Amino acid sequence: MWDLSAQALDTARLRGAKYADVRVMHLRQRDLTTKNGQVGTLAQSESIGLGIRVLASGAWGFASTDRLTREGVSACAAQAVSIAKASAIAKRREVVMANEEAYVDSWQSPFRKDPFEIPLETQLDLLLATDAEMQRVKGVTLTETDLQFRKIDSWFASSIGSRIHQRKVISGCGIVATSFRGEEIQKRSYPNSFGGQHALGGYELVESLELIKHAPHVAEEAVALHAAEQCPQKTGTLVLGGSQLGLQIHESVGHPIELDRVLGEEANFAGTSFLTLDKLNTLQYGSDIVNVVADARLEHGPGLGSFAYDDEGVPAQCTEIIKDGEFRGYLSNRETAHLVGLKRSSGTMRTESWNRLPIIRMTNISLLPGTWNVDDLIADTDDAILMETNRSWSIDDRRYQFQFSTEIGWEIKGGKKGRMLKNPSYSGITTEFWNSCDAIGNAEEWILWGTPNCGKGQPMQTMGTGHGASPSRFRNIRIGTAFSK
Amino acid sequence: MPQSELRRIIDSVLGLAKSIGVAETEVHVDDVDDSLTRFANNAIHQNVAERGLTVSVRTALDGRTARATTNRVDEDSLRGAIEVSLSLAHSQPKDPKLLPLPGKQRYRKVSRFVGQTAALTPEDRALAVRRACDLAVKRGQVAAGIFASGQAQTAMGNSRGLFAAYRDTHAEFSITMQEPPAASWAKANAANVRDFDPQALAERASEKAHRATNAQELAPGRYTVILEPSAVLDIAGFLFYDFAATAIADKRSCLNDRMGKQVFGKNITVADDAYHPLQMGAPFDGEGVPRERVLLVDRGVPKNLVYSRASAKAAKKKPTGHGFALPNEHGEAPMNLVFGGGNSSIEEMIASTDRGLLVTRLWYIREVDPYEKIMTGMTRDGLFLVEKGRVGAAVRNFRFNQSLLEALRNVELLGPAVRATGEEAFEMVVPAMKIRDFHFSEVTKF
Repeated sequence: MWDLSAQALDTARLRGAKYADVRVMHLRQRDLTTKNGQVGTLAQSESIGLGIRVLASGAWGFASTDRLTREGVSACAAQAVSIAKASAIAKRREVVMANEEAYVDSWQSPFRKDPFEIPLETQLDLLLATDAEMQRVKGVTLTETDLQFRKIDSWFASSIGSRIHQRKVISGCGIVATSFRGEEIQKRSYPNSFGGQHALGGYELVESLELIKHAPHVAEEAVALHAAEQCPQKTGTLVLGGSQLGLQIHESVGHPIELDRVLGEEANFAGTSFLTLDKLNTLQYGSDIVNVVADARLEHGPGLGSFAYDDEGVPAQCTEIIKDGEFRGYLSNRETAHLVGLKRSSGTMRTESWNRLPIIRMTNISLLPGTWNVDDLIADTDDAILMETNRSWSIDDRRYQFQFSTEIGWEIKGGKKGRMLKNPSYSGITTEFWNSCDAIGNAEEWILWGTPNCGKGQPMQTMGTGHGASPSRFRNIRIGTAFSK
Repeated sequence: MPQSELRRIIDSVLGLAKSIGVAETEVHVDDVDDSLTRFANNAIHQNVAERGLTVSVRTALDGRTARATTNRVDEDSLRGAIEVSLSLAHSQPKDPKLLPLPGKQRYRKVSRFVGQTAALTPEDRALAVRRACDLAVKRGQVAAGIFASGQAQTAMGNSRGLFAAYRDTHAEFSITMQEPPAASWAKANAANVRDFDPQALAERASEKAHRATNAQELAPGRYTVILEPSAVLDIAGFLFYDFAATAIADKRSCLNDRMGKQVFGKNITVADDAYHPLQMGAPFDGEGVPRERVLLVDRGVPKNLVYSRASAKAAKKKPTGHGFALPNEHGEAPMNLVFGGGNSSIEEMIASTDRGLLVTRLWYIREVDPYEKIMTGMTRDGLFLVEKGRVGAAVRNFRFNQSLLEALRNVELLGPAVRATGEEAFEMVVPAMKIRDFHFSEVTKF
């Protein structure tokens, strides 16, 4: 692979590129699903190719190819340079890149059991047995399970001399029970909705989640929701479960801190951000117990946003985003760092595949644990609604106004978790919401949730991001607006 | 790459599979050559090109099937893909309902490859972008968007003699003009790059962005709305997966117990028609079954579903050519929606409105209630108050929580159906609509 990278870099330099970086990537994926006791998807794929980004005539060009021959790679590099020169037709300023050292390194994410080495029969048996457990529950009308495994090798080389090989092994799984009755469809998922839980790791992640054990309870709750009371419409106290809070962090902290959005580079598609540059170090983003970091280092946990180097060759870092409630930092790259007074990129350039340009992406954006034992938090709450497991999410294109609904809710009265509520939802304005946080669960309840499907960029790229969260409490929240008339 | 080369790869895989005794084999080959020029802050900031070919192999034997995909086309890699597919297939229990592969089919010809689009260069795109950005600079605005073009071809064949092939070109221009704190947007796509004018789209977005400054805040509530075609597409696109026969069988469709009933207004008629002159896409589905035109909604009544071969057999119907490539758990979906239009222009809708809102586009739409089809989302890039038959001031963006079923019962006027494009759903042929009592629940800060 290094020969191909060197060939691409040499061609780019000879054609006039001032800077170039190359990614050769080999991606393997296995998907297994079941539905109503039958195998659904059973597929495996692999893809290998090369993408090169060049800076020539003061502008960027990128080209990619699956022709991994000397001729194919040279042609691709030459195409990237010619595209960069065309970009210069509509150029307004010179690209300035923050300095970075050259690194020669190799890294592999930790795992104990290679999921691609576990017999397929074992994996399917697990899903079919889990599916059968859900099917046993009367009133369930649809049962679904899924496993997904990925192995991604990338070889990064740049014209400043970096040569970095990284291998990631990613595992994920989830189950869903759906119940249709009368004029209502209800569902419950485990361990999270929309694909379940995903993390860096091997088959041990799947085993640790004990799908079969949880299946009956998931199915029973889906059916029980029909008889539950409708979540009321009111302004009141909200307690969020960890996975839902993880998505709240993703949407109302993770995206607005992306510096490309802030600078208008996503204005046509994903949108911009309310976090204009004047807000840095001045905005009270949340209450003083709110502390959020962007941490791509493995010591933060095996999240989908963990790596050793980003796809621009910058080492993984921990960046303070919110400190004691105050807004402290953005996600940046080598091109944008100087615009917020940084001497160095925060290391967040990531690409989905060899045929996509790296762009600023979330790493692990996590709410640091607070001090509350969750039982104590509930005991301390007189009147609230506990909401768990996302069902829908939506936020405006500047990331102010959001609305989430969850699969299930529970009334909290007099410090005790009481009756089940169906169709829960809440809404608000980002900074008002985070400033209303008055209790955060402690480290024992903290889980690094994986969001495997974050879409951004044109052409669209999906990326996995991590979000550490523990159950937390928020005051004066608008509840039940999704079903307002 | 010539189509003959795609066929050679298919024949090569089928030959290899036969030589190792595979009972049934299906091969898909997809070839893409795409480019996209992206601009922001009145300059090109990303400019990319991608070329790639994938070969996807499905083997089937004794009631078991699975798929393996690779982008390597040497003989060892193709043999490897066959072996992975076989290994996956062997690992599962037998499915007595698995159908044998379909045999040879006949397809209607569609012509969607335009040489001028295929020949578009990075310089061509950059010059068009430059003109749009110059307009923004001249007007004190900031432009962001894309100009994309490319070509794609797909071919499939199987061991029962089926062979199908399709190629097209595609071009797309999308622009957001920002005049802080306002912004507006325009977008078009087509097989022929000459079917739209990037500069006219830039002009339109620029003019609307200028009108959208000084937005006033209105109270949430129910309003008459005039949805431009892109806004209709954005929200209506969420309804059509419910027309899959598999979704009905799984009881996850909002049409369970509603087929044949007056669910929508009598002015709503919708077909799925891959052959419509404003539509794009292959005339066959993931199993190679020819796509048929299907009347989904007839004067407000959901009449027909779309079927894959498996769901058709289960329902004792004919497959309609809407199945996804197997194996999958979703079944099928209509992908070429064509709404019946009306004869009201947007100007006539405005003139007939005493108080309402003109909506450019909708954004971040998600399903809140799958059976009542309550959707939530935001307005974006140009929301205007209509009073006494005239467009007035810009309005701060709203969040909506609206049943799509109810909205399509409340349509008062329809415009002519046009090819529309947005970001929330795939392209469709759809009219502008005037809808009463559209429910906005909250307002945002801009």
